[in-house]
Amino acid sequence: MEVLVASAVGVLTAAGIFLILRRRTFPVILGLSLLTYAVNVFLFATGRLALNAPAVLNKYKDVPYTDPLPQALVLTAIVISFGMTAVIVMIALSAYLSSKDDHIDMTAQDSVDAPGEDA
Amino acid sequence: MNHWIVAPIVLPAILAPFIIMVLRYHLDLQRIFSVAGVVALLGIALTITAQAAGGDILVYELGDWPAPFGIVLVLDRMSAMMVLLTALLALPIVLYAIASGWDDRGKHFHALFHFQLMGVCGAFLTGDAFNLFVFFEVLLIASYGLMTHGGGSVRLKAGVQYVAYNLLGSTLFLFALGTLYAVTGTLNMADMAVRVAELPAEDTALLRVGAVLLLLVFCIKAAVLPLHFWLPASYANAPLPVAALFAIMTKVGAYSILRMYTLGFGPEVEATQGLVGAWLQPAALLTLAVGAIGILGAQHIARMVAFCAIASMGTLLIAISLFTETATAAALYYIYHSTLATALLFLVADLVMQRRGGAITPMPPIPQGGLIAALFFVGAIGLAGMPPLSGFIGKLLVLDTARDAPDANVIWAVILIGSFVTIVALARAGSLIFWKSHDAQHNTEMDPENDEDIIRAPAPEPWPGLAFTAVFGIVLGLVMLTLFAGPALEYANKTAEQLFTPEDYITAVLGGEE
Repeated sequence: MEVLVASAVGVLTAAGIFLILRRRTFPVILGLSLLTYAVNVFLFATGRLALNAPAVLNKYKDVPYTDPLPQALVLTAIVISFGMTAVIVMIALSAYLSSKDDHIDMTAQDSVDAPGEDA
Repeated sequence: MNHWIVAPIVLPAILAPFIIMVLRYHLDLQRIFSVAGVVALLGIALTITAQAAGGDILVYELGDWPAPFGIVLVLDRMSAMMVLLTALLALPIVLYAIASGWDDRGKHFHALFHFQLMGVCGAFLTGDAFNLFVFFEVLLIASYGLMTHGGGSVRLKAGVQYVAYNLLGSTLFLFALGTLYAVTGTLNMADMAVRVAELPAEDTALLRVGAVLLLLVFCIKAAVLPLHFWLPASYANAPLPVAALFAIMTKVGAYSILRMYTLGFGPEVEATQGLVGAWLQPAALLTLAVGAIGILGAQHIARMVAFCAIASMGTLLIAISLFTETATAAALYYIYHSTLATALLFLVADLVMQRRGGAITPMPPIPQGGLIAALFFVGAIGLAGMPPLSGFIGKLLVLDTARDAPDANVIWAVILIGSFVTIVALARAGSLIFWKSHDAQHNTEMDPENDEDIIRAPAPEPWPGLAFTAVFGIVLGLVMLTLFAGPALEYANKTAEQLFTPEDYITAVLGGEE
């Protein structure tokens, strides 16, 4: 199981990094999502992997239990990364709609245009 | 329990939603509440600074859960002075944003501004590593809104880059925290420090990985080379009052480096001994060098000031990377100076850009040209580190503490040459923008005698008096920092002393049984 989880994290991270290095916003956002999935699985594993073990202590019986803290951390991380992905999708959409261009890099023209002028 | 500690977080956390939900259609009321909120934050910051000045480390247990199990807020001298700096910076900036009409160019400026303050204050006060991540996200998500405030296609494109880069940073932060949790089994900073010290030497490989990953995250925040690429485009394209507020954000990175690597992975911890300084120092030297070259090469005033921010982070991190008590005291003094000076130059750059655009080329004279030129001069003196302002004292302190370092000659050379290049670059920019404008050659269609009319023309700001008052407020801050350099340095020395006795911090948080 360790091999499975570890390779899942590795493959997700590799795919995420590959996508982040693309030039258009959509693959970059997909790559960021894949990376956050990878980190969520990774965080889950930081409390050691345990099968069929509840995340609570049993005071009547000596049964195995799993560390509950990483689960709380993952929950926080999922919420935050979900919100952040929504934000970047919105900003990327409005950038695309206002400039008709979804390249992630700034063109030479962009840096010549005075950044101060406003809509 | 002392509830003042949580007040800098709770106040903006209540005020910001109040502004969104109740006052969303009343800009005047928003402005009043926003300024009142910042003034109140300043009052709170002064109170907690007074409480921390005695040298006690105060702990606030959220939900009354005891330390390693619940989240704690910790108030020591360093977090108090950083919260105070945040409040001191926020007041002139919010006044300037109102006076220049920036807050009217998009929606929810004041709410986002207060969420940003909440995140920054929270990051300074928390004593829990995961909570630090959460406050980083709070300040980042507010900064995404502030950065794209006002819209415009170039700004939005820069915003996409900024968000993407910081999302990557957040992911890296989680990887680092996960690694550290897997090794130490705790996320409380004090508890982590205890566990790290107890770890057998052969089990420290993963710990070192975690420590370096965490350092990378903080370096992204602090815009250390080669992780600085997000900064120039996003600061130069953000509304400049917001960029001035962002001057505190890079300091959050510097603060976190100081906090984590004096407490958890301190100089005396065997596993990570010398590791951080060895990586940080060359990077900081390069940051200063590239920042100085960037200032010289910039074609646009906003980009130039953004590179000033990078260069001053370089100087600051050189001092931090020495990890000695005196060097840290110098760094703490320099944090105050560089935050105020960078913010000042951003506001001056905004004054210039509202009048003539930001290109560093000769153009016809601008209204209030003389006053703005004088302010630019003050900011440039401050940032370049020339006497008589606090930049000189700060750089002198950094140079002085670096004297005993192994690479002292390299550090001295980089700082001095970097300062020289900065002086040249700022002098060039200032003379092109302010002096060449009176050059008759390019004033083809008007006669140089008419310059006076333009200079006396009304300012583009709705309330120019308030705008200039806000800018002069920051100048006053720099002057005070220079006049009271003695007491300030004394406080910085005591703060550094507290940072380098992490036992006190650990005892205060974990309650003495260690």
